[in-house]
Amino acid sequence: MPLYLTDEQTMLRDTARDFVAEHAPVSHMRRLRDANDATGFSRDLWKQFAELGLTGILIPEADNGLGLGHVEAGVVIEEIGRNLSPSPFLTTAVAAVEALKGTPHAARWFPGILAGETVAALAIDERAKHDGCIEMKAERSGNGFRLTGAKQFVAHGHVADLLLVAATTEHGTTLFAVPTDANGLTADPQRLADASLAARLTFDGVEVDADAVVGEVDQAPLARLLAAGRTGASAELLGVGGGAMDMTVTYLKERKQFGQLIGSFQALQHRAAHLYSEMEVARAAVLKAQQLLDAGDERAADAVSVAKAMTSLATTLSVQEGIQMHGGIGMTDEYDIGFYMKRARVLAELFGDANFHADALAQAAGY
Amino acid sequence: MSDTDLETFRAETRAWLEANCPETMRTPMRGEKDATWGGRNPEFAHPDQKLWMDRMGERGWTVPDWPSAYGGGGLSPAETKILREEMARLKCRNPLNSFGISMLGPALLKYGTEEQKLEHLPRIARGEIRWCQGYSEPNAGSDLAGLQASADDAGDHYIVNGQKVWTSYADKADWIFCLVRTDKSSKQGGISFVLFDMASEGVSTRPILLISGNSPFCETFFDNVKVPKANRVHDENKGWDVAKYLLGHEREMISGMGLGGPAGDPMIDAARKGVDPILRGQIALFQVRSQAFKAMSERFIDELKAGRAHPAQPSMMKYYGTELNKTRHELTMAAGGSDTLEWDSEASNHGAAPRAWLRTKANSIEGGTSEIQLNIIAKRILDLPS
Repeated sequence: MPLYLTDEQTMLRDTARDFVAEHAPVSHMRRLRDANDATGFSRDLWKQFAELGLTGILIPEADNGLGLGHVEAGVVIEEIGRNLSPSPFLTTAVAAVEALKGTPHAARWFPGILAGETVAALAIDERAKHDGCIEMKAERSGNGFRLTGAKQFVAHGHVADLLLVAATTEHGTTLFAVPTDANGLTADPQRLADASLAARLTFDGVEVDADAVVGEVDQAPLARLLAAGRTGASAELLGVGGGAMDMTVTYLKERKQFGQLIGSFQALQHRAAHLYSEMEVARAAVLKAQQLLDAGDERAADAVSVAKAMTSLATTLSVQEGIQMHGGIGMTDEYDIGFYMKRARVLAELFGDANFHADALAQAAGY
Repeated sequence: MSDTDLETFRAETRAWLEANCPETMRTPMRGEKDATWGGRNPEFAHPDQKLWMDRMGERGWTVPDWPSAYGGGGLSPAETKILREEMARLKCRNPLNSFGISMLGPALLKYGTEEQKLEHLPRIARGEIRWCQGYSEPNAGSDLAGLQASADDAGDHYIVNGQKVWTSYADKADWIFCLVRTDKSSKQGGISFVLFDMASEGVSTRPILLISGNSPFCETFFDNVKVPKANRVHDENKGWDVAKYLLGHEREMISGMGLGGPAGDPMIDAARKGVDPILRGQIALFQVRSQAFKAMSERFIDELKAGRAHPAQPSMMKYYGTELNKTRHELTMAAGGSDTLEWDSEASNHGAAPRAWLRTKANSIEGGTSEIQLNIIAKRILDLPS
């Protein structure tokens, strides 16, 4: 398979690009922030995503979805990233769908996701760094399990309809589908630096039935969920970094200093050209990971780590150069470039940062 | 071609390679002397190098995707890919290193006359003629179009005078493809692209000893060299078109350096023996970039084949690949420690490690410096103002 988008994928990208730019540009996110919106995203917009069929991108055709893959999900997420659109698309339509696919939970949750009514949140992390360590306990209790512990950095955790919760069971890790109105569950939403909301969740002996288990007991489909989430986050980082770079390059062609366009200065040209190179390399890494995931290739795990780490590095550079090259105006709240920097930081931490994934590659290579 | 046909082709290719690639040519190369360059006076560190070059050359498989009329294999892109995969599977060495294959050939295929193609391409494919590239001059390196070596019109031939520098392997080459000035009134529009025999009267070369202790580069002097006009490729004063096209191929070739070799990675091998946590982290982050660049190379080749690549994209590949390669060798030296400092010992692979490290420092200079590539990206891709 060639490492570029097919004509169909390009058409989907163009559709997503037009739709997101029109309905959820950066000003949409700014309005939600200024209104201190308690949901953190627009339910109406989520419905519109559903009307276009986008929420069913990864849902199999047999379940009334589009039955497409991670490449297609990625082209949509990239546009979400480019416009900094607050959306549950990544957590719900990508990571959660991937975890639920082929399980009895699909019948329970997919119709709501397809209708743009259901939002899922991922309760995976328990500390400031994503490190794979899960101390939350799920103990056998009657016909089901009793969950005790705490999670943090749970995007949409305070408004989700479905929580996917990773907990330690007797011989491994188990993933649970937990309704958010369960007794003993409290959500404490925190606004993050990028104005999105992520909850700290406390599970104080939350009782769930045995059929809340997603997949098998002790064998959480976490790898699948995380591979999908990481690949999606990489695509979003690509959008954020690309959007920031476009703003910056445009600015270099408009802004004059010393009587000249600053884009004519070689010092800035070289930095812009270097940034372009980093972003292109990151783009290739993301498409590679998406294609390998879609092909079920065993090399996908490494490729996903490469994609997440590379996009984190490239996009971090993009937003930093964005602010620096914009100069003072880039530091103002009124100007959009700062929003890109904040979103990039959040996404860089999501599902493991560049160092976490570089470490994973080193371990896989045996050093 | 159907999938079944391709599978048949793969099976036949595999069987042929297994039967014809000598065992010694399936081992990693130990330094530059193991490379096969061919030419009129070929040097082989091992007789199997000649055997392997000749066998592949007979089938046109040194240039599998060139037309068979010009000594190529006439293979489709899919078949070429299969051949490369099967060669990689057996760890076959490159049968022939050649600037004729990587640079001049593509330029002749695009701009050469039928006579020029028939005269030169088959000999390139069989490794009979070794070529060098006469581009840089003492005062025209990065400012390549500022070159002064002149070709004065003398009826059916030119009289060439001047000097080139950094001519890789000029002292070992049989022919040169060379940029010369045929019009002094126009900078880029006054350059012609000519081919001539290095044995011509008036050609002399002098190796330049480098920091790596090797001397692949030469100074090359032309003193009233007679070059037939039939040896000019493309129109007079249009040589810059050929030069740019060829540079794209050269940059593509050099960018491949960022990928490391197929036979293990000395940097990672050294890291497995144990390095401090800070160096381990640097190597791991390097691995991220290196693997991402590998995906980029695959994408670039796919886009080139489909005619989708931006014409200036080779500049990005060259820039990124060579900078990566320099970093790789810095890390390899750091991971190997004092073993890699030994100039000629068993531990340093007979000096391969330190010499390769020093050699890579030229990667971001030759074929257009990193700064020139960044200029090209800024102007031609990002469309930044002058």
